[in-house]
Amino acid sequence: MSTVSMTVNGRKVSGECEDRTLLVHFLRDNLHLTGTHVGCDTSQCGACVVHLDGKSVKSCTMLAVQASGSEVTTIEGIAKGQDLHAVQTAFKEHHGLQCGYCTPGMIMTITDMINRHGSDLDEETVREELDGNICRCTGYHNIVKAALDAASKMGAGQQQVAAE
Amino acid sequence: MGVEGIGAKVLRKEDRRFITGMGRYTDDMSVPGMKYAAFVRSPHAHAKITSIDASAARDMPGVIDFLDGQQLKADGIGNIICGWQVNSKDGSPMKMGAYPALADGVVRYVGQPIGIVVADTRNQARDAADAVMIEYEELPVVVKGPDALKDGAPQLHPEAENNLCFDWEIGDEGATAKAFENPAKVIRLDILNNRLSPNPIEPRAALGHYNPAEDHYTCYTTSQNPHVARLVMSAFYNVAPEHKLRVIAPDVGGGFGAKIYIYPEEIVCLWASRRTLVPVKWTSDRTEAFLTDAHGRDHVSKVEMALDENHRITGLRVETIANLGAYMSLFSSATPTYLYATLLSGQYNIPAIYANVKAVYTNTAPVDAYRGAGRPEATYLIERTMETAARELGISPAEFRRINFIRSFPHQTPVIMNYDTGDFEACMEAGMRMADVAGFEERRTEAKSRGKLRGLGMSCYIEACGIAPSKAVGSLGAGVGLWESAEIRVNPVGTIEVLTGSHSHGQGHETTFAQVVSQRFGVPVENVQIVHGDTDKVQFGMGTYGSRSGAVGCSAIVKALDKVEAKAKKIGAHLLEADEGDIVIENGEVKVAGTDKKLAWHEVCLGAYTGHNLPDGMEPGLKEGAFYDPQNFTFPAGCYICEVEVDPDTGVTKIVQFIAADDFGNVINPMIVEGQVHGGLAQGIGQALLEGVNYDESGQLVTASYMDYAMPRAWDLPMFKVETLVTPCTTNPLGLKGCGEAGAIGAPPAVINAITDAIGNNDLTMPATPEKVWNAINAVA
Ligand code: FES
Ligand code: FES
Repeated sequence: MSTVSMTVNGRKVSGECEDRTLLVHFLRDNLHLTGTHVGCDTSQCGACVVHLDGKSVKSCTMLAVQASGSEVTTIEGIAKGQDLHAVQTAFKEHHGLQCGYCTPGMIMTITDMINRHGSDLDEETVREELDGNICRCTGYHNIVKAALDAASKMGAGQQQVAAE
Repeated sequence: MGVEGIGAKVLRKEDRRFITGMGRYTDDMSVPGMKYAAFVRSPHAHAKITSIDASAARDMPGVIDFLDGQQLKADGIGNIICGWQVNSKDGSPMKMGAYPALADGVVRYVGQPIGIVVADTRNQARDAADAVMIEYEELPVVVKGPDALKDGAPQLHPEAENNLCFDWEIGDEGATAKAFENPAKVIRLDILNNRLSPNPIEPRAALGHYNPAEDHYTCYTTSQNPHVARLVMSAFYNVAPEHKLRVIAPDVGGGFGAKIYIYPEEIVCLWASRRTLVPVKWTSDRTEAFLTDAHGRDHVSKVEMALDENHRITGLRVETIANLGAYMSLFSSATPTYLYATLLSGQYNIPAIYANVKAVYTNTAPVDAYRGAGRPEATYLIERTMETAARELGISPAEFRRINFIRSFPHQTPVIMNYDTGDFEACMEAGMRMADVAGFEERRTEAKSRGKLRGLGMSCYIEACGIAPSKAVGSLGAGVGLWESAEIRVNPVGTIEVLTGSHSHGQGHETTFAQVVSQRFGVPVENVQIVHGDTDKVQFGMGTYGSRSGAVGCSAIVKALDKVEAKAKKIGAHLLEADEGDIVIENGEVKVAGTDKKLAWHEVCLGAYTGHNLPDGMEPGLKEGAFYDPQNFTFPAGCYICEVEVDPDTGVTKIVQFIAADDFGNVINPMIVEGQVHGGLAQGIGQALLEGVNYDESGQLVTASYMDYAMPRAWDLPMFKVETLVTPCTTNPLGLKGCGEAGAIGAPPAVINAITDAIGNNDLTMPATPEKVWNAINAVA
């Protein structure tokens, strides 16, 4: 057993877990943050994506102890109170989700994508970089639309901040 | 959000919880004292179990118990059943092989559950499951449907001689034979429909909780139809009495058919909870899902189509071998029979049809309904044959279809179905316009200049949704009625709760059903709450599959709304001192037509509950229920056009455009309908290009992870162009046909027709992987 401490969604947390515990299970079982999902056992589906120190990672692919001391953001942590994150809003407005199971991972992956590409994000890049996220419901059409819309809105927001 | 009725693009009410990580799926549930289960599964495709030794496992840390099939049997837990009786053509009933929830002496597919370990943690349960020592005596294995019928094939069940479950027929054999006596032309094809794994991204899960103090059972489960689960678990499996069993299907992460059936795991978790007196949770991992979720398709068929000199189809003859897997799943007999061969007339006038289906057992996972269930198999067979016929006749595929389209309705096919309405040519014309078919040859030439092979393929599908009139399906062998129920509870303040037997696992019922209610009384959609998925809340329901939630589930809601409206009008008339016939309810007001006399909707609702001033003899309250039994299936139809570019050097196919022109009847929420089409198309394209369940000769599943089973990813798919046309269904109150499965049904033949057009070789099977396409190109080069 190990004691693992990290900052999750801005709060310092610690918990006891077996050494072999995956980060995703630590989040779900120890912290009861069940928004991060498990859809496979081979690191292929992306239902488990969270941000670790600002970068998207598959939380099924690392041990909780490896994340010790890191800053983790999960789907529960990206809205500001009642104000949804731009990617969350875009998913709703473009019907980018059906059953919602892949959605947390999709939103975390796309947020990271937009952080890196800004408003330059194009369809080809979205499709290519969604390689590690599987959705069985939507056919991706509306997910791609949501990503591009959020990118243009977040990019515009960044430019606005820069101009001010 | 205001009043937004039928036809409006209303953003989904349910989205907020999913985009914020607040969805509640079965594996998210925990109850105090909960323990974890792991199943011990067969590593062999066919073997006798000679001994089970769990002594080491029992001694491992955290282990509470190990239970196996002997104890299950001793406790009187019944075998898994198939709920649809199909008879062979000689009148004999189907031969159901005994299927205990935990194996009883023999295992017949890899992954079949043998025992369950209950332990304090998930890892402890898994470690202990690995430590259960089982000795096997291996038996010979058969995995392919046609091989199972061969002389000397390994025999699976003593009940089913030659592995034959049933040998079924439909249509008029004699009349069909006549059509082939003197035809102008006969088209012949061998058709393989590849085996698929449905793959909802949420794996199956079950949390069984027996409460000894109350002698009551609760089961959280990933189900598309919790009431059916409760009925079957109590009436057939004897796990718990129906009135003492609560089944809850909370948020469910996709179903696609795989979550219709009642599997061994939920039965065993519930039973294990009673044995161990702790709540028991099991969550499938992806490999277990590949091994044990019911697969779909897996047909091997021969088709012959007879034509006269005017290119009219005069007869269709089909022989199919359907692989059922090792055991019969809940609806496995209906899928390759009444859901398949009844659609073999397609969109065409075919005077004579005969089909024979042999359903066989093999050492593979059970096969049942997967998105489309039978209709994709029928559509693939017909639409590939149509395209092939047009090519052999040297006329355009559109022209050949025009010659043969059904144009007057209702239309009785020779295979049971009676199509109520449709306009097939209008869909095809719309599709051809959207796809710019006229400009295709130019695009083909341009592609050729770049060294690419461009092809165009069409598919004009028809399918049957809204399953189904109870009397009719009863006469065909269904063990249940296929009506739906609804209850409308109007609260004293005028807000409304709708309790429905339909179940949403991605379809957006919380929004579309609310729109129907909003439209009726002019109340905002946010004042309407949809309640589903809990047998303690909703009295009964048959659940969601076969695109039945609109056509059947919503019709039950409409019927209950009619009753609420009638009572509200009576109360309104009484309060406004007007004639009941003059009352209208709209925009949240109850008015006397042609006057300015009116009451707010909530005033009438409050009046119903205070009971201070009701018509003489009227009961207080405003709550009504209804059961709706459909009069007929509904018949969505449409035209899909796929355009591909194939790289002859690598065999890689790229879909350059995909067009869908669908007639779903009336549409409640076009945004949600489009989403359903996109998702269906992705699965249909997945079947055509990527997906295939593959067992090796020893019955080991080679495609048991996402490393090996190719799921469609964003990169594999184009943006879709989707339009809907409307011929309202004539047999239900809202004129809905259903849209959930069309994409998966119509897409595969459009893709394959496009590739075979591009490469000039019709000899190609799904999935059309680069290797197969490359070989097909080089076979004719
Ligand atoms: S659960 Fe992490 S990639 Fe599938
Ligand atoms: S919305 Fe269901 S898997 Fe993506």
